[in-house]
Amino acid sequence: MADRLIASFLKQHAPGVTIRADLELDAGDNRVTVLFGPSGSGKTTILRCLAGLDRPQQGFIRFGEEVWFDAAARIDRPPQQRRLAYVSQDYSLFPHLTVEQNIRFGMDTAGRQPRDRIDTILRMVHLEGMGGRMPTRLSGGERQRVALARALARNPRLILLDEPLAALDLPLRDPMRQELRQFLRSIDVPSVVVTHDRVDALTLGDRMAVLSGGYIRQVGPVPEVFSRPIDLAVAASVGVETVVPGEIVDSSDGLVTVRVGASQIRVAQPSIVARSVFACIRAEDVTLETSPRTEVSARNQLAGRVTSMQPEGAVVRVTVDCGFSLSALITRPACAELGLRENSAITAVVKATAVHLIPRENDT
Amino acid sequence: MDWSAIGLSLRLATATTLILLVVGLPLAGWLALSNRRGRWIVDALVALPLVLPPTVLGFYVLVALGPRSPVGRAYEALTGSAIVFSFEGLLVASVLYSLPFAVQPFAAAFAAVDRNLIETAWCLGASRARTFMRIVVPLARPGIVAGAVLSFAHTVGEFGVVLMVGGNIPGSTRTVSISIYDDVQAFDYGRAGRTAALLFVFSFVVLATTYRLQRRSGRAWPIGS
Repeated sequence: MADRLIASFLKQHAPGVTIRADLELDAGDNRVTVLFGPSGSGKTTILRCLAGLDRPQQGFIRFGEEVWFDAAARIDRPPQQRRLAYVSQDYSLFPHLTVEQNIRFGMDTAGRQPRDRIDTILRMVHLEGMGGRMPTRLSGGERQRVALARALARNPRLILLDEPLAALDLPLRDPMRQELRQFLRSIDVPSVVVTHDRVDALTLGDRMAVLSGGYIRQVGPVPEVFSRPIDLAVAASVGVETVVPGEIVDSSDGLVTVRVGASQIRVAQPSIVARSVFACIRAEDVTLETSPRTEVSARNQLAGRVTSMQPEGAVVRVTVDCGFSLSALITRPACAELGLRENSAITAVVKATAVHLIPRENDT
Repeated sequence: MDWSAIGLSLRLATATTLILLVVGLPLAGWLALSNRRGRWIVDALVALPLVLPPTVLGFYVLVALGPRSPVGRAYEALTGSAIVFSFEGLLVASVLYSLPFAVQPFAAAFAAVDRNLIETAWCLGASRARTFMRIVVPLARPGIVAGAVLSFAHTVGEFGVVLMVGGNIPGSTRTVSISIYDDVQAFDYGRAGRTAALLFVFSFVVLATTYRLQRRSGRAWPIGS
């Protein structure tokens, strides 16, 4: 059974900017944790502290019975003694060593590993017969596999990946993302994956921790964090398009009615205590129709006008003014079918379960 | 041609270069890769021979190694002969004089090695020493070769320090540059010219070969990626 990592530390990230990290990781069903946040929020710094490459100012990092770092007791184990896998953003393959030499580098008795152990590892990452290649002659995806294989050859107790897909070309990212997910699930150790990409987070993670404004604001199952952000900063970092202030005017049968601007929306969220809230609506949860339908329960039908349309690849981002500004993602065919253009009258439909409320500091 | 002087210069340059590799590589590694306090003092000390007149450096070496200094006395007690005006004394002076020519290219090459590679090696369990030998040194090879060649060539050509510390003893401290100087003093321009020409061709061939090899290895060793 793998051990549990408990970390709680403060680290100065930039002059005057300190990051606070509180994390618990273990193997098991939630073994892949995505550390999510905007660029420059300090994700890499947290990862480097866990690896032992950076030293926090305060706090501790414990792994099972071992103390990896303790500021008060002046304990700071170097990375060599933590037995973990750390893969940097550019994979850092040793350019003067072959694929096999790269993989052997981290093995305990480097020279005397049995042939079939190397072969097993190469097979695991689909690099059979490529042991003799130099890293410069590998594709981006192959480099990533070598970096993972090399890290894995040490039987690490913890896996730390810094933006593992950022260095790859766009077409390669989708298949590699799937492959990486399977890979991380196939080994029974906790892993932390740093990313600022929503698709990465959704695909790779079991859990996600959102870092914003210097501390980890929310930790939870990935879909939950995306659909139920705990505060505005989390909502902004996971990219909820519509976040509008509102007042709760009625609450009955698990349905809350919120006045937002000139409109009212119904929300299926029984456990809200505040009167002042922010209503969060993801653009992909909004559908558009030409005219209101006859009453459908637990759906909000908001009449409004299209204020802007922005094509984004296969979809179009439509902004609707329906008493407040609402963002919707509509496929191109649907857009044509509706005959959408700027200023056309439209009805936006949002399920009551698709709206999420965040308590707002009472400012009245 | 003064073959004895040429042989002596080659021996001195080879020995100096070997010692500088042994001493200079760890020193350069420390300068390039650590950020300990007081580094700048060592940086300045290493660079000092670049700006000091050779006579000043030679004078201090002479005093430090002389028969009245502790080092000189210890050496004499051990070997029965004085260290100044001997090949060994010359070697000490040459190592000091050529120190920046080895250490500065070494340190520049080490500093150019991608920091991520070094940290990756640590995370893979390699000690600092193993990381240095297996990752940093191989990747810095062009800079190490450059430093070694520069020290060698610089030692072959040195004059002032040799005159101060070594004197002019044939077969022991009379190096090729001193020999040329003597020949000119004795109006033997023919002999001076032949030795000078040989030194000129030799220096050019060594440098040209090094640069040629560097270019080729430069292509096979893309640092970073």
